[in-house]
Amino acid sequence: MNNSSTTQSAVQIPDLGYKPWCVRNLRSRFLSVLAGLFAFLSVLPLIAVLVHILIKGFSSINVELFTQLPPPPGGVGGGIGNAILGSFIVTVIAALIAIPIGVGGGIYLAEYSTGRGFSQFIRFGTNVLAGVPSIIAGVFVYGTIVSTRILFGHTFSAIAGGTALSVLMLPTVVKTTDEGLKLVSNDLRRAALGVGASRFVTVSQITLPKAFTPIATGVVLSIARAAGETAPLIFTALFSPFWPNGIFDPIATLSVLIYNFSTQPYDVQNQLAWAASFILVVFILMLNLLARWLGRIASK
Amino acid sequence: MWCSQVNGRNSNHQPTPSGISAHLLLVLRKRAGVRVRFRYLSASRVTKIKARYLLRSRPPSEKLVDGSFKNLVVVMASMVALVLISILVVVFWGSLESMGRYGLEFLVTSNWNPVDDEYGAFTAIYGTLVTSLLALVIAVPLGVGTAIFITENIIPKKIRDVIGLMVELLAAIPSVVLGLWAIFILEPFIRPFLMFLYDDFGWIPFFSTEPLGPGIAPAILILVVMILPIITAISRDSLNQVPMKLRQAAYGVGTTRWGAILNVILPAAISGIVGGVMLALGRAMGETMAVTMIIGNSNVFSWSLLAPGNTISAMLANQFGEADVGQLSSLMYAAFVLMVLTLLVNIFAQWLVKRLSLKY
Repeated sequence: MNNSSTTQSAVQIPDLGYKPWCVRNLRSRFLSVLAGLFAFLSVLPLIAVLVHILIKGFSSINVELFTQLPPPPGGVGGGIGNAILGSFIVTVIAALIAIPIGVGGGIYLAEYSTGRGFSQFIRFGTNVLAGVPSIIAGVFVYGTIVSTRILFGHTFSAIAGGTALSVLMLPTVVKTTDEGLKLVSNDLRRAALGVGASRFVTVSQITLPKAFTPIATGVVLSIARAAGETAPLIFTALFSPFWPNGIFDPIATLSVLIYNFSTQPYDVQNQLAWAASFILVVFILMLNLLARWLGRIASK
Repeated sequence: MWCSQVNGRNSNHQPTPSGISAHLLLVLRKRAGVRVRFRYLSASRVTKIKARYLLRSRPPSEKLVDGSFKNLVVVMASMVALVLISILVVVFWGSLESMGRYGLEFLVTSNWNPVDDEYGAFTAIYGTLVTSLLALVIAVPLGVGTAIFITENIIPKKIRDVIGLMVELLAAIPSVVLGLWAIFILEPFIRPFLMFLYDDFGWIPFFSTEPLGPGIAPAILILVVMILPIITAISRDSLNQVPMKLRQAAYGVGTTRWGAILNVILPAAISGIVGGVMLALGRAMGETMAVTMIIGNSNVFSWSLLAPGNTISAMLANQFGEADVGQLSSLMYAAFVLMVLTLLVNIFAQWLVKRLSLKY
């Protein structure tokens, strides 16, 4: 009796094989193809941008590009040497301001904060600051440094530009330091404090070195972002067709050069804009790959 | 039974009852008034050990370094708050004059006329909202679709990783470079298509002007390119965090791949995805350079997406450097509006993420 009932139900078990033409399987496959199409469309712009920058920018790479000043409107030849140097100077100023403050803020959040009140406010503020549009950072620095002439009577300057960029870098550095330090095992802290190290020694000798790679990754990424920013520089660092003349004067940067030259009706300038894009993109992609490499070291 | 033993006068010499720890015994002896003596430690040995384990008192210099380091990092952390607050104050302070003059009418009038010193930012506000929202409408399906494609095992992992890497690198390309690309490559490329929209759908107000180069439509497309990596990256992270068990359970009850994705995996990851979308919206509203270069910077209002337009950030980038006092105040007012919009979106995003996060 028992035996016969099992055979009977076994007969009634439906066909469990995969039916490729069943509606729901068709729908599933259609959606998979659609998602693949979307992924292709998402990758397409990167490929298109890179290919065009390669074609248009690489052809005009030569020695003059790095050693000469841009030509006057309508002129021929010339390079973007001043903008390359200027971008470097402004980015270094931004990094010098943002990295110490950002790492310090991150140390506070990870090592000293209580998770209540003030530190919660700082965390919230970091998130909000990260969402502030880059142009607002420019407006802020214009209002505080440029228009007030607070820097010994200078208005537009490399320092103002660097400060504007540092406002954008700050939240990234704070966040990555905070997160990097949080990954350090608490046992290390207890051990250090247990053998009689002070809080300062614990942080500076034990936890910070341990969290070096994640912090470095974040810092490199924030530098890469700052190097490509234009909006905060347009009316803080302004632009200059000459070689950098100290950090209290307007300075040329690659990104502002691209912006200015792309809207000019001259072919020479447009070509220089493409060449500048090529250099900028290569530099930024290399920084990104460096950060990725650092991240891989950290995960090992 | 053992209590009576401990209470006894000669308890020292009695065998220790099994099952009672030495410590407990000691306590009980103390209670019973039995003096516990350290018989095997001489007095000199005790002082030696004491000296060896004496706690070192921290020298004042160390305390000073410790204290000042803490104060230093507190000050550095406060810099974040200080910068944020001073941004708000500077922008608000700068816009007071214009606020007093135009009030809320500034937001709904569309004449931006530096010659007559008359300002209304509706054109720019409309441009900001319409570009960012439409960019979001296009970018959300693309971004979430891509994220699903590279988190589910539809194709081999190596190819998926390459796609993920490329989308992340897309985020690294500076917006000014994308703007350059939009001017010289994208806009000429899509113009025939926009022309078709104008010819065949010109009766719709949104396509009612002839596309003549820079305009809102190419700006929307370049914004899509800019916010796509954010949406993809955050959606990918939240999809990766969905526990494997949920997938296995869904497949176990016999659903198809997309049945599982749409009914189980996406709902479980929705909080992160929505947070990413809101972040992308904030980024799209504040995005400056690429939009400035391709939107045409026209202060004449038009409903049409094919006409040149303006956004708040594009207006700031264009006019801030050479503005006079009255215009500067109005630009600051516009900047304040932008700031408030992005702040609201960001705070709303954080609230939404907290609210929507599923507990599983």
